Amino acid sequence: MEPIRTIRSKTVVLPFDDIDTDQIIPARFLTTTTKDGLGQHLFSNWRYADDGTPRPDFALNRPEAKGATILVAGRNFGCGSSREHAPWALVDYGFRAVISSEFADIFRNNALKNGLVPVTVDDETHRWLLEHEGAEVTVDLESTTVELPTGRRVQFPIERFSRYCLMNGLDQLGFLLEQEDAIAEYERRHVA
Amino acid sequence: MPLERDMQPRSLFEKVWDAHVVRPETDDTPAVLYIDLHLVHEVTSPQAFDMLRARGLRVRRPDLTLATMDHSTPTVPIKSLKDIEVVSEPAAAKQIRQLEANCKEFGIELRGFFSGQRGVVHVIGPELGATQPGKTIVCGDSHTSTHGAFGALAFGIGTTEVGHVLATQCLLQRKPKTLAIELAGRPGPGVTAKDLILRIIGTIGVAGGTGHVIEYRGEAISALSMEQRMTVCNMSIEAGARAGMIAPDDVTYEYMAGRPLAPKGKDWDAALERWRKLPSDPGARFDREVRIDVSRLAPMVTFGTNPGMVVEIDQPVPESGDIAFKKALDYMRVEAGKPLLGTPVDVVFIGSCTNGRLGDIRDAARILKGRKVADNVRLLVVPGSDQTKREAEAEGLDEIIRAAGGEWREPGCSMCIGMNGDIVPPGKLAVSTSNRNFEGRQGPGARTILASPITAAAAAVKGVVADPRELLG
Repeated sequence: MEPIRTIRSKTVVLPFDDIDTDQIIPARFLTTTTKDGLGQHLFSNWRYADDGTPRPDFALNRPEAKGATILVAGRNFGCGSSREHAPWALVDYGFRAVISSEFADIFRNNALKNGLVPVTVDDETHRWLLEHEGAEVTVDLESTTVELPTGRRVQFPIERFSRYCLMNGLDQLGFLLEQEDAIAEYERRHVA
Repeated sequence: MPLERDMQPRSLFEKVWDAHVVRPETDDTPAVLYIDLHLVHEVTSPQAFDMLRARGLRVRRPDLTLATMDHSTPTVPIKSLKDIEVVSEPAAAKQIRQLEANCKEFGIELRGFFSGQRGVVHVIGPELGATQPGKTIVCGDSHTSTHGAFGALAFGIGTTEVGHVLATQCLLQRKPKTLAIELAGRPGPGVTAKDLILRIIGTIGVAGGTGHVIEYRGEAISALSMEQRMTVCNMSIEAGARAGMIAPDDVTYEYMAGRPLAPKGKDWDAALERWRKLPSDPGARFDREVRIDVSRLAPMVTFGTNPGMVVEIDQPVPESGDIAFKKALDYMRVEAGKPLLGTPVDVVFIGSCTNGRLGDIRDAARILKGRKVADNVRLLVVPGSDQTKREAEAEGLDEIIRAAGGEWREPGCSMCIGMNGDIVPPGKLAVSTSNRNFEGRQGPGARTILASPITAAAAAVKGVVADPRELLG
């Protein structure tokens, strides 16, 4: 994985609360056995009309959204299923960070393992971002801050080990594999 | 001298958590948590097995891994595996084949087609006796919370974590917070476990449990059967909680005794002694506590596009100025200020890991017996597993369903997830015993009302959303 330090981009905004994983990537696209190519199906039910043509009024389809790598979404983003296809689809499409006032637990965990930074901000900052689509925003993992074009800088919480892995381009399995002795010792004591 | 920790009252969750910490968490690293049972299915595992191959890793404990296929499997009868290529889409058939190949390569026993033990992963785990009090249980599926009904700590994980557990039998986890939900009072006839959990989600909201493990307690919980407790714990994730737990008791042990993978003889006695120590100590502290009186609860139905948008069946749909709320009502073609009673229904689905067990099928059959499914309705009843199907058929429930005009299908996730051939057509309205009424969940453009098996069966008979209490004899 590529190390991530700073993400700077204009934003795309989906202002709805409780955007669930069935909206991010509908179940009919989960019959894949790889991680590739899911970006074309991202938000499929909202993004395309019944005949498969892009809906011009959907945020991601507007010309000014092109190239944006930061998504701003309503509260409780990623609720629903455990499908890692949700962050895979967001990353494959080109997103590197999602900003919301709250994330569903499993989605957040999955995002952190795939180079997608879930950024939780306070309600006031969230409201400002929802109202200013296209704002140039900087997400900085070193200082764990989001900087708005107004100059306002706010801290965001992020689990320390996940942040370390993101900043160094490491996956988390390496650390778990290093625990082999402790795991074997646990099994000797506990598992029949 | 006992440790200070041992002297403090602990909750059920804390006891299970503490017993599985391989390496405690620090500021810099999460806890390394040991996993006792890993459930694997065809949709969220292929990329994890690929990772093992790419890194030259083996499955550390195939003996603690239980695999089946359910999500993308067809629910029409097949005579041989070749039939899957015919009835399923190529991608789905490939996924099923790949799980078989992966299980073979990595030495995992597969409860596959023709094993007689296949089914929805959260139905077969308990049925086989693999689900046990005090265990840590994970699966690449958010409804893994189901197994918490036995006093296990059970939660859904992503595919990267499926790979972690396959390779190390462990997960990296920060300790979650605890939320006690006490249900006071006992609801009247026609009000089921499904109605209880829908009430809970409606009360605390779809993010009300985020970051927490719920412990359900109180009179209305103790009175439930194991199947009903599973229905409650199953939908913990719909309140944002990854796990929901219920203290094990005699109802739990009675259900488990004699199941194929449950301990036997002396091991059973030893296990019982351990399990009896699991319930939360008096005075155990929770980060949050919620109390809900359910004594006057009515059957619940959802009206919107998440499981928190729920009302008592005879009450009007609430009003709100929120844009997501209005968007949901537009999608559902539902009007605020009016009850859903009398709304015409196109499809009724009875099944899923929420309500696809024997008791659920019995509930539905109680309503369907001697009645006919309305002309405008397609009724699908999908047993949760091969075993559930056999048991239901032994009681003649399939005959009751067929005689009423319903379809009695093969086990699987079916219309709950709409990725196996069973879908609700665009724009059509389904009353469904599943767990999610998200936009398009049951098929593109499909509209979903979540309800209990008896409420769903009542809708099938009446052809409209109907109060099941009027049909109970």
